[in-house]
Amino acid sequence: MSIKGQAAIVGAYEHPTRKAPDKSLAELHADVAKGALQDAGLTKQDIDGYFCAGDAPGLGPLSMVEYLDLNVRHIDTTETGGSSYLSHVAHAAQAIALGKCNVALVTLAGRPRSEGMATGTALRVHGVSPPEAPFEIVYGPTVVNQYAMCARRHMYEFGTTSEQLAWIKVAASHHAQHNPNAMLRNVVTVEDVVGSPMVADPLHRLDCCVISDGGGAVIVARPEIARGLKRPVVTLLGAGESPRGQNAGQVDLTTSAAARSGAAAFAEAGVKPSDIKYASIYDSFTITVLIQLEDLGFCERGQGGRFVADGNLISGVGRLPFNTDGGGLCNNHPANRGGMTKIIEAVRQLRGEAAPAVQVKNCDLALVQGMGGSIAQRHGSATLVLERTT
Amino acid sequence: MIEGLDALKLPDSGARIEPYWEHARAGRLALPRCAGCGRVHWYPRAMCPFCLSDDIQWEESSGRGTIYSFSVMRTKSPYVVAYVRLDEGVTLMTNIVDCDIESLQIGQAVSVRFVTRASVQVPVFTIADQTGGSR
Repeated sequence: MSIKGQAAIVGAYEHPTRKAPDKSLAELHADVAKGALQDAGLTKQDIDGYFCAGDAPGLGPLSMVEYLDLNVRHIDTTETGGSSYLSHVAHAAQAIALGKCNVALVTLAGRPRSEGMATGTALRVHGVSPPEAPFEIVYGPTVVNQYAMCARRHMYEFGTTSEQLAWIKVAASHHAQHNPNAMLRNVVTVEDVVGSPMVADPLHRLDCCVISDGGGAVIVARPEIARGLKRPVVTLLGAGESPRGQNAGQVDLTTSAAARSGAAAFAEAGVKPSDIKYASIYDSFTITVLIQLEDLGFCERGQGGRFVADGNLISGVGRLPFNTDGGGLCNNHPANRGGMTKIIEAVRQLRGEAAPAVQVKNCDLALVQGMGGSIAQRHGSATLVLERTT
Repeated sequence: MIEGLDALKLPDSGARIEPYWEHARAGRLALPRCAGCGRVHWYPRAMCPFCLSDDIQWEESSGRGTIYSFSVMRTKSPYVVAYVRLDEGVTLMTNIVDCDIESLQIGQAVSVRFVTRASVQVPVFTIADQTGGSR
């Protein structure tokens, strides 16, 4: 059984806030749920499935179902960090195909900016009694220095340069200038990126994503329901998920679980990388994008630096327009989790509702790539292939 | 040098890992080798992640390896986080200490020593003596 064509994304909403000191976490989740319902043209009573991850308040789905007084018969709280929401879309399609629900709501929200969180540079212990902690946390691993080790190793093995990585930020900034909600709207140059302060060699401040409050939501529904609504139908063609760790001591910092999740998603969708018109690629750091592009097969392994250089990711300029909202690198990264906003911008592109200056012409096939955790440690990759079918 | 370490409370790794800590307190790096499948894994587990045997034997590492990758964290007091590939074949997270942080290279030979972090003895690495320390 396949989920190909079994479900469609009928509602998508991104919270406009980037700093929300006066809003509670539950309120942000509720805001985006309401926004996605309005976008879809559905009501709260239509929702019979609810999906959320570790960013949800309290007891997750129990707290949010109560807060919104939802009447649902299916819940899923798959937690893989920033890629969770791609998995939720895939799992919603599975649940719909099995008759477990008809209309599924997925929400994400967070307020790390208001809470003063040093997302990339502070020590963080994840979850309850992580078994690796005595062998890792004592060395000061942070999100940025872990991805920096990936970048350093990629440079060593393949000759990738800081200037090539910088092109990823440059492309994102070209897109962000057209997004009035983006945190960083100024177009930057390669020189700006490599000239910005070093955070963890070889990653500079402008190699890193922003820290923002906010959130987003999508609604996944049965195709018959989608066709009865007024919006273009964005159908899920394929999905893949894959977790990976350090392989019990066989560390490889230049590839990720995106190789497996991507291959699975392409196979289920029956398409190949060269068919993709637009790609949302998880962009916690510039190197995150480069490794995933290689793993997904958009270019050969080791060729990511050449692939992203010279504007190849800029809409209207290059071969693979990516993150046309400005992505996590320039627009927002709500709850330190970029998966939801990646889905939302792909939906905009497929509907023809992206900012006019960055809208990809005849955009009928898009890929969404999410990454949670850290490629340098344990991480979860998820990939979606979406098609506009009306 | 690494901010926030003192406040860390490390989770209990369990009695089966205690031999590792006993070696560490004596300044020796012990590696878990599975008596079932013969493979060494890292980080230490209560059972072999390859074959799920719980017959883990602890053997002393040579303490030598090479830098697989590293990053200089540019905090007020910069520090070097790294992955070191041990001669025994596993790669572990660590710090490179007492080194010129501006001249580190992937592939450099390193050797182990122990320091106290968050109240436990942990292995860190220094650049190996290029003139031949064994003479």
